[in-house]
Amino acid sequence: MSETTRRDGDYEASLKDSDTAVAAFKRRRRGFFGNVQHFLHGSPTMVPVIVLLLSVAAFGFVAPNFFSAFNLSLIMQQVAIVGILAAAQSLVILTAGIDLSVAAVMVMISVIMGRLSVEFGIPVPIAIVIGFFCGAGTGVLNGLLVTKVRLPPFITTLGTWNVFLALNYYFSNRETIRSQTLDAEAPLLKVFGERFNIGGAVLTWGVVLMVAIFAVLWYVLNRTAWGRHVYAIGDDKEAAELAGIRTDRTLVSVYMVAGIICALAAWASIGRVGSVSPTSFFEANLESITAVVIGGISLFGGRGSILGPMIGAIIVGVFNSGLRLAGVDVLWQLFATGWLIIIAVAIDQWIRKISS
Amino acid sequence: MSARQPVLSGRNIVKHYGRVTAIDHADFDLYPGEILAVIGDNGAGKSSLIKVLSGAVIPDEGEVRLNGEIIRFTSPIEARDAGIETVYQNLALSPALSIADNMFLGREIRKPGFSGKYLRMLDRKAMERIARDKLSDLGLMTIQNIAQAVETLSGGQRQGVAVARAAAFGSKVIILDEPTAALGVKESRKVLELIQDVRSRGMPIVLISHNMPHVFEVADRIHVHRLGKRLCVVDPKMASMSDAVALMTGAKQPEASMMAA
Repeated sequence: MSETTRRDGDYEASLKDSDTAVAAFKRRRRGFFGNVQHFLHGSPTMVPVIVLLLSVAAFGFVAPNFFSAFNLSLIMQQVAIVGILAAAQSLVILTAGIDLSVAAVMVMISVIMGRLSVEFGIPVPIAIVIGFFCGAGTGVLNGLLVTKVRLPPFITTLGTWNVFLALNYYFSNRETIRSQTLDAEAPLLKVFGERFNIGGAVLTWGVVLMVAIFAVLWYVLNRTAWGRHVYAIGDDKEAAELAGIRTDRTLVSVYMVAGIICALAAWASIGRVGSVSPTSFFEANLESITAVVIGGISLFGGRGSILGPMIGAIIVGVFNSGLRLAGVDVLWQLFATGWLIIIAVAIDQWIRKISS
Repeated sequence: MSARQPVLSGRNIVKHYGRVTAIDHADFDLYPGEILAVIGDNGAGKSSLIKVLSGAVIPDEGEVRLNGEIIRFTSPIEARDAGIETVYQNLALSPALSIADNMFLGREIRKPGFSGKYLRMLDRKAMERIARDKLSDLGLMTIQNIAQAVETLSGGQRQGVAVARAAAFGSKVIILDEPTAALGVKESRKVLELIQDVRSRGMPIVLISHNMPHVFEVADRIHVHRLGKRLCVVDPKMASMSDAVALMTGAKQPEASMMAA
């Protein structure tokens, strides 16, 4: 080998005296902003947590009654449905996709659950189970279109959004199932709207459901192989494939789980609204994406904590409630939400620069 | 040569892409414990050949043998399960995941007992311990924290992680596709040392590279690929770099004196 080295012209001989610690991890001086950037890179949930704490403190100062247990628990009730949808949305966005159909799936399934129980006389638990299967089915459809037909998730779900909306009108006959009818014939459908008291705070089972869903997803995403694969696929799909992950199968399962969570949201939404209306939750689609983005999950996939979107949904609820209690015109709620989204994405971009 | 049996061999491999013939009745032999460099001009078909060996491409004709037995891979996962690990040029690492997560991507270890079986909980401690052991085996433990994200590592460190992953799990053959192409001089040196270190453990390595000094430094034999087939196998002690370049570009015909035994 020494012979060949000589033939090489020995251009590397001078390296002998150079620093041999090639792979050493150099500690650079970063300064204050650099340290902040690194901290946020390591713990992506901290941005929404800080925003939430600041906004709660600020509104508590400005708006009377904001700090009451009743008001704070009311905020939780209001964000529960969008929060659950945001959980489904997060899973898809973590894979670098987007699901525009979540709200349409939810409304369609609430109609299916309601109509089957009330009009067709099917026992309510069975109607609910059928609803879950339909939710899983919508997810599998989205997943297969994304993986097998290779359509971009945005286009796929833009299409299925309209399809599910149309089916929703078909199944419902554009009619609302009234609250009294549900009370008489299918009270189980409204179970997530039932309230209970904890020290002045009034919570619904829907709020509990939302927190439980996020807790389970946190476990699954951080402590199981499937969860690590979801992150890896969103990070770099090709690399994940080469590393031996069956990316198509995982992607279909992600959309399927998202569909099942939408079915849970459907059940919870019947409790929240009290009736089954085919025209409810028109804005929940974009609201779920808003919560995910404010929660610090990157729209480019693979980055962010699942707990972020729950906090993101609560932040939007806090802003809406706080501004309303402060007597500010509704239009400023939209204004504030808009800037929250823009700032959240700007911060995300800044944090991501760390890798370059 | 017939006395030794190749670990990995290919005979008469053919692959067409439409009307283009990427591999034209190519042969390939990798013997135990050696570093075989594969060189060839752009478009000579060496990437296609490597993809056949690593299971990423299914050949139209010909046979591939691993330890004498015919194998037909339909995916890289099958090749991996058979003991052939490939480090791809783009590394196949997930930048946002930690070093330990990356090393075990696609073959995670679950906890024993109830939590692993029914809750499918990962055994992080075990994975981090093994990852740390494997990296320090290869002298890479200047990387401080096994839980740090891969994107915070330098190019050489990432290559180190990728090679360590291959060395840790490859039981029969390691294929390295242009491992030094994106690295600086010093980092390349470190990776070359790593490659030699892996060979010294008896692991045969296929090294695809454009860098002649690197090829001549570490290779035991050099497979020259030209126009979709193996032109010849030269001995780096008998041939010069300019001979190798002349062979792979067609400026020179193979001479018996250069051939590997």
